[in-house]
Amino acid sequence: MFTSNPFAALSESIDPGVMQTYVVIMILLVVGGTLFDIWHKGSAAYFFRSWRKSRDTGTRRVGGGEMSALAVRTALSEGMTSAEFGPGRRRVAHLLTMYGFLAYVITTVIMVFWYPTPAAPTPAILPLLWVIGALLVCVGGYWFWFFIRVDVAAEGHTPLRAMRADLFILSLLSSSTLGLIWAGLQAMESSWTTVFLGLYLIATTVLFGSVPWSKFAHMFYKPAAALEKRVSEATGSRRNLPAPADKPEMFGSARERPRHY
Amino acid sequence: MPTFVYMTSCDGCGYCVDICPSDIMHIDSTTRRAYNIEPNMCWECYSCVKACPQHAIDCRGYADFAPLGHSVRVLREEEKGSISWKIKFRDGQEKDFVSPIRTEPWGSIKPPADYEAPSPEAMKSQQLAHEPDALHIEALPMLQPDRTSEGGH
Repeated sequence: MFTSNPFAALSESIDPGVMQTYVVIMILLVVGGTLFDIWHKGSAAYFFRSWRKSRDTGTRRVGGGEMSALAVRTALSEGMTSAEFGPGRRRVAHLLTMYGFLAYVITTVIMVFWYPTPAAPTPAILPLLWVIGALLVCVGGYWFWFFIRVDVAAEGHTPLRAMRADLFILSLLSSSTLGLIWAGLQAMESSWTTVFLGLYLIATTVLFGSVPWSKFAHMFYKPAAALEKRVSEATGSRRNLPAPADKPEMFGSARERPRHY
Repeated sequence: MPTFVYMTSCDGCGYCVDICPSDIMHIDSTTRRAYNIEPNMCWECYSCVKACPQHAIDCRGYADFAPLGHSVRVLREEEKGSISWKIKFRDGQEKDFVSPIRTEPWGSIKPPADYEAPSPEAMKSQQLAHEPDALHIEALPMLQPDRTSEGGH
């Protein structure tokens, strides 16, 4: 199961062209959903208005070279290592889910388009990465869902309580979990394979088709917001935040301890 | 002035939900971002403003003049033990304040969960938790129930 391409095995019952068309439709749904979301919420207008305000209230201008450097730093820090979360389990869970999702999606696309049938032997690393990606999504996602979510950890709600904000994480977890179960059942030639294939497709369609209603688009918005934050620090506007304190020797932890008693 | 959340800066960590003494900072069911569910009930303690690691929480007057250019922003620097405020008025005036964040070094106070649960006998005691040790005194005067009568003095 771990080294065999589940989509090549599926090509015996479903034409590879149908699978490739499905993947293209999912990509179009994400692109269309994100564009609709940007228009509907006015996110781009808000983003550029904040950008202009930051530029106008700043004490210095940021040139093209510095802007590129800030973009690279944002991509490396907030984008690739989720630095916004700081140290802690939220960051670890997010990184597991994010890299798992990337491995899961990218290997799916490669296997469906480049190795769609058993006639084109799939390198063993691809199905292995697909399984590892889906497992990482499950580890990070279920950890978040059952233990880290603020509703559960801070507000004391049951982990089984779901709301609209959970649409993305729930559909992502369903897609990964059902995908793994389907691939396993198919490898064992179980009679339940078709049922779980159907469930896997439903969950995946909800994941990519619900972009305007789910938090899917956060993967585009959050890097943009992180870049805006870095630019505001570079221009000196600092989003109206105070400058760092210059009295550490007076207020710092090395000061004399108070004697209240 | 009650608090409000900049949705684009909030990452839904829940620090404000944990710290709000009025229990009015909650997570939005659509966006999974924090919001003040009842500004009229806000004590204006600004615990959430100071606790937010993303600086995503600001304050606004009841007349909601924040959109007119007013802002009350805070920067917490634990390593320096300081907290800085920047107040921006509608007419462009700015005022900056820097204060000690607390009277003890950051991280030096043990959170309540790290203490052992009190025994049933301790729960019946007239003394509060960690008394008298935490007061740095040997003993506190106690009422003597066997030496008083109901309604007596």
